[in-house]
Amino acid sequence: MRLLPISALFVLALAATSLLIGAGGLSPAELLAGGDEGRLLLLASRLPRTFALILTGASMAVAGMIMQLIARNRFAEPSTAGTVESAGLGMLTVTLLAPGAPVLLRMLVASAFALAGTCLFLALLRRVPLRSPLVVPLVGLILGGVISAISSFIAYRYDLLQSLGAWTTGDFSAVLRGRYEMLWLALALTGLACVAANRFTAAGMGRDFATNLGIDYRRVVAFGLSIVAMVTALVVATIGMIPFLGLIVPNIVSLIMGDNMRRSVPYVALFGAAFVLACDILGRVLRYPFEIPVGTVMGVLGSGIFLFLLLRRGARAG
Amino acid sequence: MIEISGVSKRYDETVVVDDVSITLPRAGITAVVGPNGAGKSTLLTMIGRLVSASAGRIAVDGLDVATTPGARRLSILRQDNHIVSRLTVRDLVAFGRYPSSKGRLTRDDAAHIERALAYLGLEALAERFLDELSGGQRQRAHVATVLCQDTDYVLLDEPLNNLDMKHARDMMRLVRRMADELGKTIVIVLHDINVAATYADRIVAMRDGRIVRSGPPEAIMTSQALAAIYDMEIEVARIGDRMLAIPY
Amino acid sequence: MRVRAPSPRAVLILLGLLALAAAAGFMTIGLTGRLDFVLPLRATKLAALLLVGYAVAVSTVLFQTVSGNRILTPSIMGLDALYVLIQTVVVFLFGAAAFGAVDARLVFLVEAASMIGFAAVLYRWLFLGARHGLHLLLLAGVIFGVFFRSLSNLLQRMIDPTEFVVLQDRFFASFNTIDRDLLGLTAVIVLLVSVAGWRMRHVFDVLALGRDAAISLGVPHRATVTRVLLMVTVLVSVSTALVGPVTFLGLLVSNLAYQLVRSHRHVLILPAAVLIAWICLVGGQVALERAFGFDTALSIVIEFAGGIVFILLLLRGGLR
Repeated sequence: MRLLPISALFVLALAATSLLIGAGGLSPAELLAGGDEGRLLLLASRLPRTFALILTGASMAVAGMIMQLIARNRFAEPSTAGTVESAGLGMLTVTLLAPGAPVLLRMLVASAFALAGTCLFLALLRRVPLRSPLVVPLVGLILGGVISAISSFIAYRYDLLQSLGAWTTGDFSAVLRGRYEMLWLALALTGLACVAANRFTAAGMGRDFATNLGIDYRRVVAFGLSIVAMVTALVVATIGMIPFLGLIVPNIVSLIMGDNMRRSVPYVALFGAAFVLACDILGRVLRYPFEIPVGTVMGVLGSGIFLFLLLRRGARAG
Repeated sequence: MIEISGVSKRYDETVVVDDVSITLPRAGITAVVGPNGAGKSTLLTMIGRLVSASAGRIAVDGLDVATTPGARRLSILRQDNHIVSRLTVRDLVAFGRYPSSKGRLTRDDAAHIERALAYLGLEALAERFLDELSGGQRQRAHVATVLCQDTDYVLLDEPLNNLDMKHARDMMRLVRRMADELGKTIVIVLHDINVAATYADRIVAMRDGRIVRSGPPEAIMTSQALAAIYDMEIEVARIGDRMLAIPY
Repeated sequence: MRVRAPSPRAVLILLGLLALAAAAGFMTIGLTGRLDFVLPLRATKLAALLLVGYAVAVSTVLFQTVSGNRILTPSIMGLDALYVLIQTVVVFLFGAAAFGAVDARLVFLVEAASMIGFAAVLYRWLFLGARHGLHLLLLAGVIFGVFFRSLSNLLQRMIDPTEFVVLQDRFFASFNTIDRDLLGLTAVIVLLVSVAGWRMRHVFDVLALGRDAAISLGVPHRATVTRVLLMVTVLVSVSTALVGPVTFLGLLVSNLAYQLVRSHRHVLILPAAVLIAWICLVGGQVALERAFGFDTALSIVIEFAGGIVFILLLLRGGLR
């Protein structure tokens, strides 16, 4: 397969573009010339931002893929399962109850909330009669709405709406050295998930199929959900929500190369990184010198592509 | 009289009804039979103006169904009648008067409703909600609505679906009575050729969107004709004065 | 044995009394300062809430009648998000300067007209091509809503940030910045729609039986559905122009109305839904604003309660 190196090169090209543009007031030539000012901008802002973009894109796309296998539904992902909104509620709670808590603790609380929210979502799904595949994202989206209503109410009461806004709209413009490094943890978790890829693929075939292969279905599901919850919490806390990324990337990859996770996971990661890089670059040039947050760009592209996937599927089914 | 001339129905590339022409006379029961996908229901729904024809013309008593509103001449009952509103049987039957009363019921309308309820033996159930009834009772309520609409022509699309043997027989006897006592012209899509042969005056047999045979039951109930319709060997037995198709 | 439900008439009277009590509470509780200033202020706000409640309740019930389902609502299908998008596009294209001089009512009429155009195309396609199936219709509607919202968001970001702050208050209404300029005009529009609706009240009952039954009973289905969707679109424009999108209010009030009024007749269901909407909006506003001291949380509470109702409806098999 020649596709993999080509994809990797594509991501690298996008990353280079991301390094060279921005509102810093330096032309690409000045940046490359390597003066003190240029080096500072590059090391303190542009490089961390580009790293953050790649890490976020890759790990959220893989997280979405794991969700789809576990929920056994093409349209499940952290922002259509209440996971993202629950993580936001967790961040809000910890900010209110323990304002001085260390970053790691905040992250753990947010992960716990995300996990609880996702489990609630799965529990609801088991109770919905007539499980049409399309009902699954519907329940998740509305559940997310209910959870974010709770968050808004609390935030409104305690004057924290601005912080909540930061968690709900993905934005890389504030990424600086020392502020994004938690995302490397997300990459590590994603790597862990890749090691277990075969098991997720088997779990995606259903409980009976997995059990028949001697796989402990419950443990695989619990492991997968924990990884998804932690990755989501990390991303929500550092960057904010990037809607539909985990949905559209795995779906497009699966259109091209099928559903074997072990084979497709590198592509999902690369394509996720490329997608977020492209959206962020777009957000930076669209209204130069102002920046449009990546969450906003992604909202339009993500829902647009989601609609395309949905109606294309519908046309085929009808 | 229902005149169908050169009628076709296409969905994209698939032809469901293919250039059908036939005239169904006034009065009596016409049964439409044929294998799955033959286009029976589609033809019926085109006569009932639920679906528009891709080509051709359908006229009832000389009036084109595509251009004349016909709710006082012709009524149609489909097989799937899911209703979201919480209706009592009487509420539902009362809707049969809508074409003439437009929602304001007169004393005459009330009499019609009572008669329709009585005809189907629904008096005791009149105030019950539809979702509290059994499948057979609900089917009767829908037929009562059609009866209450009091049209000369009544189209029924597989009314025996989901009915057990006894209820199916009762339903067919009722349809027969509607034709004989009330002088209705009834076109009914049926699955079971034996039911059609027992109760209908005429049988129209379709296959692949075309009419392959039509005529009185005696003409259809031959091994040769049935083979042409269903593409399988079917024995026809004669028991007393009745004919029975035995496919197994 | 079945418990005998209270008669629809009794339910309507009770709801009417509650709505009246809410309105009275809204006008009188916590009155301080100069009455000749405070009372007219409250009266206009009350009028706006009543108009919005009316428009949301009627549009939702009619939409559900036409679609034959009690879980679809215009706002869940993204119709109010579409209005906000059109509004944003208008502001984006012409800028704040051009609008300084123009009457807000004229802007509303232009926006409502384009809304009708767009919504007609979109929803006729979604509805009459209902071969797609209900689940797809619903999910596509929800995602269309997200798409419209995201696109508005993006366009709002494209507007000069300083200019946008000015525009936001003027053009994007919410429960705390109710657009009072439009009260008179929207009241007249709602009245016209209501007259048309009153004349069709028996047709609504027939439409609720489903497409096939309606056609068999002589209702020209396609034309009637188009007319009802037109009325729904106008009403959604009215309510969104006055207070912005409220996604779940319609779902909440229509389903409460079906529960309380055990009848299929729109002559009874529609007034009940309107009264419940008034109780929710005005009563909720009184409770939150005067009793708890929150002033803008009403829409959040509605989203919360409505979302839970939606999930409960799904759990109970509301989608067949």
